[in-house]
Amino acid sequence: MSERIRHSWLWTVLFTVVSLLWVFPIVLVVVNSFKNKAYISRDAFSVPRGRAFVGLDNYARGIERTNLLASFGWTVVVTVGSVALILLCTSMCAWWIVRVGNRVARFLYLLFLFNMIVPFQMVMFTLSKLADMLGLNTPWGLWIVYLGFGAGLAVFIFTGVVKGIPVELEESAMIDGASIPRTFFGIVVPIMRPSIVSVAILEAMWIWNDFLLPYLTLDMRKYKTMSIAIQYLKGGYGSVDMGAMMGCLVLAIIPIIVFYLVCQRYIISGVLAGAVKG
Amino acid sequence: MVSMVGRSVRRWWGLFTLPTVLAFVVGFVVPFVMGVYLSFCRFTTVTDARFIGLGNYRAALSDGEFWHALVYTVAFTVVTTLVVNVVAFAVAFLLTKAIRGANVFRSVFFMPNLIGGIILGYIWLLLLNGVLAHWGRSITYSGVYGFWGMVMLYCWQQIGYMMIIYIAGLQALPGDVIEAAQVDGANGRQTLFRVTLPLMMPSITVCSFLTVTNGFKMFDQNLALTNGAPSNTSELLALNIYRTFYGRTGFEGVGQAKAVVFFVIVAVIAVLQNRLTTSREVSA
Repeated sequence: MSERIRHSWLWTVLFTVVSLLWVFPIVLVVVNSFKNKAYISRDAFSVPRGRAFVGLDNYARGIERTNLLASFGWTVVVTVGSVALILLCTSMCAWWIVRVGNRVARFLYLLFLFNMIVPFQMVMFTLSKLADMLGLNTPWGLWIVYLGFGAGLAVFIFTGVVKGIPVELEESAMIDGASIPRTFFGIVVPIMRPSIVSVAILEAMWIWNDFLLPYLTLDMRKYKTMSIAIQYLKGGYGSVDMGAMMGCLVLAIIPIIVFYLVCQRYIISGVLAGAVKG
Repeated sequence: MVSMVGRSVRRWWGLFTLPTVLAFVVGFVVPFVMGVYLSFCRFTTVTDARFIGLGNYRAALSDGEFWHALVYTVAFTVVTTLVVNVVAFAVAFLLTKAIRGANVFRSVFFMPNLIGGIILGYIWLLLLNGVLAHWGRSITYSGVYGFWGMVMLYCWQQIGYMMIIYIAGLQALPGDVIEAAQVDGANGRQTLFRVTLPLMMPSITVCSFLTVTNGFKMFDQNLALTNGAPSNTSELLALNIYRTFYGRTGFEGVGQAKAVVFFVIVAVIAVLQNRLTTSREVSA
């Protein structure tokens, strides 16, 4: 028994070392964010001291050059709006598909399944042109684009959940005189709540970090998301201002870490719900 | 059998399905159908398309860089799928044993997965260039450097994700089966390879295909880390398609044809997964 305990401690030590190595890339970015940009490329592993230390200059320059605070706002608008719209519309759609179950419903379901296996490159050109023509090149226009292109996975997960809900519950509610919307929002949605949280997490992780879809769709003169703003720092063939870049990277990582610390349990359930996807 | 609920719900299609279906038509169906059609056309925008038959596909398939990107992507996908799954399974296996601090380690390993591809790319650009600077080189020294740089980045991002799925699989294993194996005198290695691994096949198939499809479609990390440099030798397929579209005018049709080929490959992988997940499962 005592040998087993010692054995387990060895593993703890080993995993502690590996964990420290695991966060090292992020720590390195944080350290370099306080360093003069000339020193970053010369020696990334030195500690910022003396003339190399620039305080918060990189952050100030990064925010100013990328207009990062505005991009943060737009990323929030795009992500929150799209996720809310996706949750509302696809859960309703999934319930309709399962409960109606006729040929139209089955055909729709197959289309949504098909949507899951199509990579974005297949539609990127036509989708961005179409969105432009329809005036969907704004953050709120993106809500509709994300609902359309991202519907497949959400409908797929929700139909799986609705199939497991006994229809008798809804029947008795309707016999008691509840309307259809009332039955859905009063009976079905509360039962679906755990999966709604999972899908919310999954879609939020996707949309928050997405680069190419908003980059091709949004009107770049007015709106940039955070990933786009950071990519813009690089610009053309010129060199990158690594100082400003480090500041922006840290500022972009902070909200993600906070989100992770607050919602870790839900994030893990979201990952597991997404594991059905091919 | 149509239930009473079904009959009453059907009339409510305008509220329940129409919003999703309309967005789906705009955001997916029309772009997809147009995309397939345009792959047979010469065009610079969607309104000036002229049908030219298979010309774009001929141009795409005779493009050396496209083949290079395809081979490069396949190699990348094979290497990362092996490394990610072996490491993620091993970590999950160890962390489900009684190890002090297992929850903390799990959180740490998963964390990189939440960070977006562009940001990940620049984080690793700093780290890898910092290391390579000691030899006076950088990540864009050659396509091989870019390859291993992206392998490391992708493993760092994906191992935690797959680990979570493996941990859930391991925790759902029927304990009595493993106990029975041990009572029958199986040692640790036999239990792992003869009992645990076969029972874990569903998780293993899911994770393998997730790594394969994600790796095959990787774009953001490639764009941020190497952007194809030097001279397009570190280009994965998705980036090659993107640059064919937006890099040179007059090649939009070729780009669209490449995108169709890309879609077909990804779809075949997805269908294969579906077959395998339903046939390979071992029940206890």
